[in-house]
Amino acid sequence: MSISVHAATAGTWAAVTVAGLGAVACGAPQTIEIDGSSTVYPITEAVAEEFRNEQPETLVTVGISGTGGGFQRFCRGETDISDASRPIRQPEIDACASRQIEFIELPVAYDGLTVVVNPKNTWATSMTVAELKMLWEPEAEGKVTRWSQIREGWPDREVHLFGAGVDSGTFDYFTEAVVGTEDASRGDFTSSEDDNVLVQGVGGDELALGFFGYAYYAENKTRLKAVAIAEGADTSAAVLPSPETVRDGTYTPLSRPVFIYVRQASLERPEVAQFVEFYLEQGPKLIPEVGYVPLNDTLQALVGRRLEARTTGSAFAAHGGSSRVSLEEIYADQ
Amino acid sequence: MEMLRTTTRARRLSDALLAGCGLVVLGLALLALASLLVDVVLDGAGRVSWQFLTSMPSRRAATAGLLPALVGSVYLILLTVLIALPIGVGAAIYLEEYATQGPVARFIELNISNLAAVPSIIYGLLGLGLFVRVFAMGQSLLAGACTLSLLLLPIVILSTREALRAVPGSLREGSYALGATRWQTIWHQVLPVATPGILTGVILAISRAIGETAPLITMGALTYVPFVPNSIWSPFTVLPIQIFNWVSRPQAEFLTNAAGGILVLLVLLLSLNAAAIVLRDRYRNQRT
Repeated sequence: MSISVHAATAGTWAAVTVAGLGAVACGAPQTIEIDGSSTVYPITEAVAEEFRNEQPETLVTVGISGTGGGFQRFCRGETDISDASRPIRQPEIDACASRQIEFIELPVAYDGLTVVVNPKNTWATSMTVAELKMLWEPEAEGKVTRWSQIREGWPDREVHLFGAGVDSGTFDYFTEAVVGTEDASRGDFTSSEDDNVLVQGVGGDELALGFFGYAYYAENKTRLKAVAIAEGADTSAAVLPSPETVRDGTYTPLSRPVFIYVRQASLERPEVAQFVEFYLEQGPKLIPEVGYVPLNDTLQALVGRRLEARTTGSAFAAHGGSSRVSLEEIYADQ
Repeated sequence: MEMLRTTTRARRLSDALLAGCGLVVLGLALLALASLLVDVVLDGAGRVSWQFLTSMPSRRAATAGLLPALVGSVYLILLTVLIALPIGVGAAIYLEEYATQGPVARFIELNISNLAAVPSIIYGLLGLGLFVRVFAMGQSLLAGACTLSLLLLPIVILSTREALRAVPGSLREGSYALGATRWQTIWHQVLPVATPGILTGVILAISRAIGETAPLITMGALTYVPFVPNSIWSPFTVLPIQIFNWVSRPQAEFLTNAAGGILVLLVLLLSLNAAAIVLRDRYRNQRT
């Protein structure tokens, strides 16, 4: 009896010791560490998967700490590349600067935020940004609760709102584009970090209205109806989201760019440089596969040049930090 | 006499009623579990195949697999138990057999009970600050195992103490009477008798640890890891993270993958627990 206990205990400690020694002996092979936004994750995963066929000896790992969490790690020098569904913010730029971490900002794709309603909803085929603002601004809470309040002639029935989780980049961007201030929104809506939950919600509720990334609409077109969005007051100029309208910039203001931020020091390692070049080169082919929209050709060329010239810093910060600016414009004068 | 009969009848009735209620409640709980299981099996059973178990993650749902997550989960749980078990059992032995009852011991006990109720994401933050950064372990298997160990320590300590308390005092006294020291008594008499109870605690701990996602994502466990961890310093991912990622993808095929992943996770959990149960029964049989 006592012998077996001895043996078991000795075995435990031997295992711990062996595990410890084994670890010391192993060195790290070439690795590229990526972390950040879960929105950008499918794109980076696709690129990493293809890159593995090209360069099997380089190990690429991708995490999903979120855009903010990713930048925190990136600015501590823990990762080589950070996925981001919004441009880097000033406090994050400062954090990077305080540790002498220089980065290159590369937009890689567009995501078209899609406003959706239930297919049984026959009235809301298009909406203006002003109407969306009236519905989503903080002052609307508890007051704008019926479709008839949004536009005259719409039914006098309740409106049920579904939106992205308040910590997500999707929510940040939607509120900035629609309400005008980031994160300013009414609070009385069903929110979920999981967009599939929102798809279910809107798909099962005739009076629902929600918003999420285009990929989730594209996969559920039979269960959802997209609302065309007009930037001005003229609803006849409203545009439906599609890969084409997002790409050519007519679907505004709800199409947003997503980014990768590359640490400049890491780019001096050949495998990282190859990976980033591969990303920009193969991106246009892989991005539609995972439900996002590739940049247009002009922009692709501009971004390629930015990488080649190793232009550091954020072009957005230089333009006041708003994420609602034309990408061509701000990257053209770099 | 008549009154006595009525009260007896009333008591019998309430007794039967309570038993009936208990049965209904148990049935409801089992029904919920069974419907969940049936749902997952219907969704995912067709997806689980050798290819699914041995492939790397992929953007294509049909070719994606969960090998790194499966191996990562197994390594992580084993490593976690190796860390949490000696520390937890040691702490419990100290508290139960050596510590004198006083304000300090009570304070420690109170804290252990409180720790068991701390949300797991807090442990993730602690793991990120302490193991990943201060101890510079990085986002490694070891850092993950240390983080989960913290999470499991209260469970292991509490169940070990219960097991130690269940050892009859006569056994200790008999040992002392034969001239054994305190440590000899604990090592040769008390611990062997308490081992089945301790292993029950380990089973509970494994069940808790294997499903944890939040603390691991917080401490920086990855999602896309196209290789099997080869040392305790290796980056890693685990099944719950892989399942979480698949569930949140827009394509419906990934939801099938997630159901398959849940099945694999269930089987892994059951087999780890079965191993612990077999070990426990072996100890029990040796004693008799």
